[in-house]
Amino acid sequence: MKQYRADFPALAQEIHGSPLVYLDNAASAQQPQSVIDAIAGYHSRDHANVHRGVHTLSNRATEAYEGARDKVAGFVNAESRNEIVWTSGTTESINLVAQSFLRPRIGAGDRILVTHLEHHSNIVPWQMVCEQTGAELAVAPVNDAGDVDFDQLVALMTNKVRMLAIAHVSNALGTVNPVRRIVEAARQRDIPVLVDGAQGVPHMNIDVQDLGCDFYAFSAHKMFGPTGMGVLYGRESLLDAMPPWKGGGEMILEVSFDGTTYNDLPYKFEAGTPNIGGAVGIGAAIDYLQSIGMERVAAHESELHAYMVKKLSDVDGIRLVGTAENRASVQSFLLGDVHPHDLGTILDHQGIAVRTGHHCAMPLMELYDIPGTARASLALYNNTDDVDRLVAGLEKAREIFG
Amino acid sequence: MSAAEELRELYRELILDHARNPRHFGKLADATHVAEGINPLCGDKLKLYLEIDEDARISDAAFEGSGCAISVASASLLTDIVAGIETATVDELVNNVTARLGGMHGDDDVDERLEKLRALEGVSEFPARVKCATLAWHALRSAVHHDKDAATTE
Repeated sequence: MKQYRADFPALAQEIHGSPLVYLDNAASAQQPQSVIDAIAGYHSRDHANVHRGVHTLSNRATEAYEGARDKVAGFVNAESRNEIVWTSGTTESINLVAQSFLRPRIGAGDRILVTHLEHHSNIVPWQMVCEQTGAELAVAPVNDAGDVDFDQLVALMTNKVRMLAIAHVSNALGTVNPVRRIVEAARQRDIPVLVDGAQGVPHMNIDVQDLGCDFYAFSAHKMFGPTGMGVLYGRESLLDAMPPWKGGGEMILEVSFDGTTYNDLPYKFEAGTPNIGGAVGIGAAIDYLQSIGMERVAAHESELHAYMVKKLSDVDGIRLVGTAENRASVQSFLLGDVHPHDLGTILDHQGIAVRTGHHCAMPLMELYDIPGTARASLALYNNTDDVDRLVAGLEKAREIFG
Repeated sequence: MSAAEELRELYRELILDHARNPRHFGKLADATHVAEGINPLCGDKLKLYLEIDEDARISDAAFEGSGCAISVASASLLTDIVAGIETATVDELVNNVTARLGGMHGDDDVDERLEKLRALEGVSEFPARVKCATLAWHALRSAVHHDKDAATTE
């Protein structure tokens, strides 16, 4: 994988006098030159508003924009390109489903089922629906290792549950949930399932038809694309029946003051001039990932994660947070009684970027009774040297805090 | 200054000592004023207790809560510093503290009361950490002004 490191210009810099070690990929991954060039190329040559333009630039922009949608559909194996809705990111994708799909179908006494390891963006949109409708949030427990208790999750799938929302991969713990099995159990009970795939898509081959979920949400910037760009995959029959959630241009067929006819899928959900450069970026990111192959990406990350876990375990005073059997590319930890925030500063001053804090998973931190963690998260460009530098950085922190 | 020297400057022995063994840690039984400080960025959370006497002087201070070494050390130093200070001068004091910790003071505006805080000034080289150092001081201002809401660094 060594050759891929050179594809990412941001990695070739020094931070506080040391070569950058970038281990904050679960928050946002760096972009390869090909993605940067594709976005710059679009802005330099092909920029115009998409759709309905008769001039050349508008045609080029539309082609790039819709071409990217085809790439995404292929990347996650959607049955149709109509099932790929552009959003600003995972958060907006989940909010779209919460407001447009669930809110009209749920009432007082009904339930929305989530798990204890969810990111705030897969908790708060559902809490808002609860406030709006009188529904209740049910939370499936997570054990000390970071696994969702499957039996309890299934036991919570009662006939009052109108939606199950679950992370594919926990951003804080790295736990890979057995989504296929969970979806199967939910579908047997006619419970629609949204999978928060923000941490899944960058690290493994995703096949939404195989998973069987109704919705799958993810972001471009965690898979080497730009920020402000995301995707909602939705089963076509469900999207079709959902009302638009934002009004404006693009999402209509015909407007008069007597009423408006909404556009077809997926445009019905894409009011306003979209993030065209973002679509070009995610398209280029998919090209990049496919040129390597998701199996190779996953194999590299899995091998490196095992190395990281082994090396971290040898550090005196370390406590790994998140030890689920099946986990991906993320490792949270604490070092003695050093506060994660202090750890983050000490590592940064050695050129090492990790994330520290609650990782937008405060209920999980509360469950484990910790203020937060330090988290190292891997991407395909990381290597054993990065892990060794992290471990040396932690030794330095131990030295400072004695 | 090298990166390693900057780190040593931030985590001086005095700071680490206050972080490990915070002074005046706990509730204040006769507190007349209380305020919470919350740094949502990193989850630092502390509660500051003041006892203010009839002459509008702070006669005692204590705090409890949890946070990083910088926020705990700063709160600990605060409780050392503010005893005997008139509440009328707290706003000025807090302004001086935030300016100093943000690296924005000249040599001529040294507030004598803040001599002990010199050890924390290394934080001005760490923009992401200035908020940790000023958190307790925002809480001090809130407490004196009877503000009911939690002070935050945002």
